[in-house]
Amino acid sequence: MKKQIKKHSARSAIRATADHVATGLAILASILVVVPLIAIFVYLVYKGASSLNLAFFTQIPKPEGEVGGGMANAIAGSALLLGIASVLGIPVGIGGGIYLAEFGRGTRLANAIRFTADVLNGVPSIVMGIAAYSLVVVPQHHFSAFSGGVALGIMMIPTVTRTTEEMLLMVPNSVREAALGLGVPNWRSVLSITLRTASPGVITGCMLAFARVAGETAPLIFTALGNEFWSMSLNQPIAALPLQIYIYAISPYDDQHRLAWAGALVLIVLIVLAVSLVRYVASRGILKGAS
Amino acid sequence: MTVSLSEIKIRTPEKFSGPPDGGASPSSTPLASANPAVSEVRAYLLARGNSALADRFFSGVMGACALSIFAIVALIAIELVLQSQLTWHKFGLSFFYKFNIDPDTHLPLFWDPVNGIFYAVPFLYGTLVSSLVALCIAVPLAIGVAIFLTEMCPRFLRSPLSFMTELLAAIPSVVYGLWAVFVLVPLLREHINPIFIGIFSNSAVVKLFGWTHLVGDDGLFGGVNLGLGLLAAGVILAVMILPIIASLTREVMTAVPNSQREAVLALGATRWEMIRVGVLRNARIGIVGSIILGLGRALGETMAVAMVIGNSPEIHRSLLSTGHSMASVIANEFSEATSDLHRSALVEIGLALFIVTIIVNALARGLVWVVTRGTPARVQ
Repeated sequence: MKKQIKKHSARSAIRATADHVATGLAILASILVVVPLIAIFVYLVYKGASSLNLAFFTQIPKPEGEVGGGMANAIAGSALLLGIASVLGIPVGIGGGIYLAEFGRGTRLANAIRFTADVLNGVPSIVMGIAAYSLVVVPQHHFSAFSGGVALGIMMIPTVTRTTEEMLLMVPNSVREAALGLGVPNWRSVLSITLRTASPGVITGCMLAFARVAGETAPLIFTALGNEFWSMSLNQPIAALPLQIYIYAISPYDDQHRLAWAGALVLIVLIVLAVSLVRYVASRGILKGAS
Repeated sequence: MTVSLSEIKIRTPEKFSGPPDGGASPSSTPLASANPAVSEVRAYLLARGNSALADRFFSGVMGACALSIFAIVALIAIELVLQSQLTWHKFGLSFFYKFNIDPDTHLPLFWDPVNGIFYAVPFLYGTLVSSLVALCIAVPLAIGVAIFLTEMCPRFLRSPLSFMTELLAAIPSVVYGLWAVFVLVPLLREHINPIFIGIFSNSAVVKLFGWTHLVGDDGLFGGVNLGLGLLAAGVILAVMILPIIASLTREVMTAVPNSQREAVLALGATRWEMIRVGVLRNARIGIVGSIILGLGRALGETMAVAMVIGNSPEIHRSLLSTGHSMASVIANEFSEATSDLHRSALVEIGLALFIVTIIVNALARGLVWVVTRGTPARVQ
């Protein structure tokens, strides 16, 4: 009897130890995950803030080897590229989401589209770049801002579609029925009742897609190409912030490294702002917990 | 959100004499049949004309938007196939497994744009090895974080921690690359690699495991310690795919019903046993799915890898050696390809990447869907 108890307590000691070890490992893992994040942020702020100045926002790059200069053209170029991408991607994405949630609900076609959108989301951005290259750059015979915008716009579509759909599905059916019961045509009910009710969530989705493509570099390398000078033409190669960071990061000049850090800080601040704005809007909006 | 009431204000039915074609939106039929002739609402609706056409047009446009996703995938596939025809005709399937031998040095020769020799083997190798290294590092950590967040975390820590993992996912890959070039690579070169080199070239270890050819001077940690290379690429990839695996695993674990946990706890299990038996075992399919999804991301990741992998189309056993991945070679060489054949070879690598990531993602989505289909939708 005594032996049994002893055996028993030994085993429970092992079990308790295993429990503690597992807890410790889980905590350790969490710390190990948080450390690189903090390291990246601290380093970014430390390196970036020390090299940020007014010239960064107002000047275009100096020739290689010269000290100074800024990324004004890259910031403006990024804005233009993202503008084109949003104009192309957001309406189509929202339309697709509306179809999935309002018209095709439960049909086999809608399921197939949903699945394709998820898969398209996982296709590497560099492949999107090749596609945009052969669709736009090859027929045009030159690199252009427009082709870069197309590449980014295509990447926005699946994300926007999926979030719009999920947000629309959260709108209670009674709202739709009320609108239809008042004799509002279906298209009007979808646009000004359902979509408007879900608009905080839909905006969240658009901002997330926006934040995602804002940092994309790979599809721009051979569509927008980059530009040392000031250019706002859709038909010319154009500079973009992430592209410029990449070019400067692999260059041998210290001053360009400095600019790369500053650019990365600006990019991150913009993205973090977008994400936190989204969280704020979503938590205040009608669809709580939407993000 | 509000339909302006003035718009629906009931007016006198002037045009009631119009043909009663029943063309008002279908939803109004029940109302009409309940109260056919008297209803002023119906009269108003009839007077306003037929919205069925507008509805059909609207749903058609929305359907076209949705179908555009199919069109995009089809267009990408067609373009990639068309643009890679040249390489396909010249090399066929051997593009992916053959290589030439350099007549002078007797070393394998894979990729020589100047002489028109294009074989993709080193890129497949680089992509596979860096992704595997990334998975080996990221999977245990991600599962640990997910367990901590779902089962152990005090409430006040949960929100900031999950926000942080979300932020980690929002950092662009070029910023990861920048950090890797200036912080991670020196760190690996100065501090971490010497430890592994020490272990792997230790004479006792070599004696014991020499038969695997993984230790010693031509083993996993042999060769020149540049910092750049497959290991650096794997580590930065691990940091990048961690949030994806962690957040999906967390989602899958949250989907396990609480009754499972309670049942195991009621049998006298410790917390770890509860997690192992009640949660992990139930969520294993979804966890595998999320790992595969992370793998899909790692395979296609471009910029960070291109910045630290070293960019040399060679194959070495050592993780410290420089390499090249499928995505990084496209990023590096596409815009300055020397010939049509060169460009088409790069497109064919892109096509392979496209097909592989589609398969991997479809598999992963399927697995995650199997587990979470019962729970309410959530935006990732």
